[in-house]
Amino acid sequence: MEILIIIISAIFVNNILLAQFLGICPFLGVSNKLSTAVGMSGAVCFVITLATVVTFLVNQYLLVPFGLEFLQTIAFILVIAALVQMVEIVLKKISPSLYQALGIFLPLITTNCAVLGVAITVVTKQFSFGGEPHMLNLGEATVYALATSVGYGLAMILFAGLREHLALNDVPKSFKGLPIALITVSIMAMAFLGFSGIV
Amino acid sequence: MSKIGLITKGFIKENPTFVLVLGMCPTLATTTSAMNGLEMGLATMFVLILSNIFISLIAPLVPDKVHIPVYIVVIATFVTVLQLVMQAFVPDVYKTLGLFIPLIVVNCIVLGRAEAFANKNSVLDSALDGIGIGIGFTMSLTVIGIVREILGSGSVFGFKFIPGDGILAFVMAPGAFLVLGYLMVLFNKLARK
Repeated sequence: MEILIIIISAIFVNNILLAQFLGICPFLGVSNKLSTAVGMSGAVCFVITLATVVTFLVNQYLLVPFGLEFLQTIAFILVIAALVQMVEIVLKKISPSLYQALGIFLPLITTNCAVLGVAITVVTKQFSFGGEPHMLNLGEATVYALATSVGYGLAMILFAGLREHLALNDVPKSFKGLPIALITVSIMAMAFLGFSGIV
Repeated sequence: MSKIGLITKGFIKENPTFVLVLGMCPTLATTTSAMNGLEMGLATMFVLILSNIFISLIAPLVPDKVHIPVYIVVIATFVTVLQLVMQAFVPDVYKTLGLFIPLIVVNCIVLGRAEAFANKNSVLDSALDGIGIGIGFTMSLTVIGIVREILGSGSVFGFKFIPGDGILAFVMAPGAFLVLGYLMVLFNKLARK
């Protein structure tokens, strides 16, 4: 039951893009075309989940026992950067077709604040999914990361679909490009506000 | 470029928020009030100036292949310094801005200036560039914060001058996107003249 609440709250209620404002730069940058949006979402989904698991373990077994929590920011960003590099190398070797699809997005992901944001959130914030506030354990953290990245993909793909139509419309000159995109996101965020209160 | 020009170009011509459109996450998330926006801008400026100075010093020594990881470590170090300083002297501000202080590491403005300016210019010029872009970013965040605070709670910097509750949506997520979108329209319009 608790797992279900984590999933719904991470995808809809606290959507990482529309409610937490993490990972906005790639969201605005690559949502011009539906196909690139799908590729980016896939890559982000993979990296967020993997990075959260690894940084969680690094934090629990390396930083906390030695009282080095203040190094979280540096340690996490290094782990993420190394991880992204490794994923890139492994993917190139094992599945060239997947590498072709995700390849160009991978280097961008190191500086996607969603990855670092989720990694820091799961080790510093107390969650109360219907029960007592508590720190997440590894299983819950993994589920949270996976659900959050699904939420990222959902918002990204929906928005890319809207934006493809937007490109065909005749908008006033000053609104062209990003401003009209931001106003569209605002309306989407308003729609997602409707989910608050279901958990 | 003159030394003054290095500072003032960040205000309008290369404004990080409205022209370069960098660092959108803190711009949207922390501008719920004018004060929060100002504080976030100053925190980013602190890291930006120090990392610009340090990177312009070490740039000739860093091999080209590993320059990005090296820059990220430098930036992360200064962010950690900032976190410790803020926890010690302004714990309340640190709590309000929360996650977005450590996330300065992945703010594209900081890495962007390191890549585009600091690694090929002198220490003084890089420091001035950091100050200019930092002020530009702080101004933009404060302006967005002011607009959202007026519409959302009828006050500016906590000083209430419109009675009543205000429009809650402007303090929440949709308002952030909407205000930024319309301010960008205004900026485009003024910049074209």
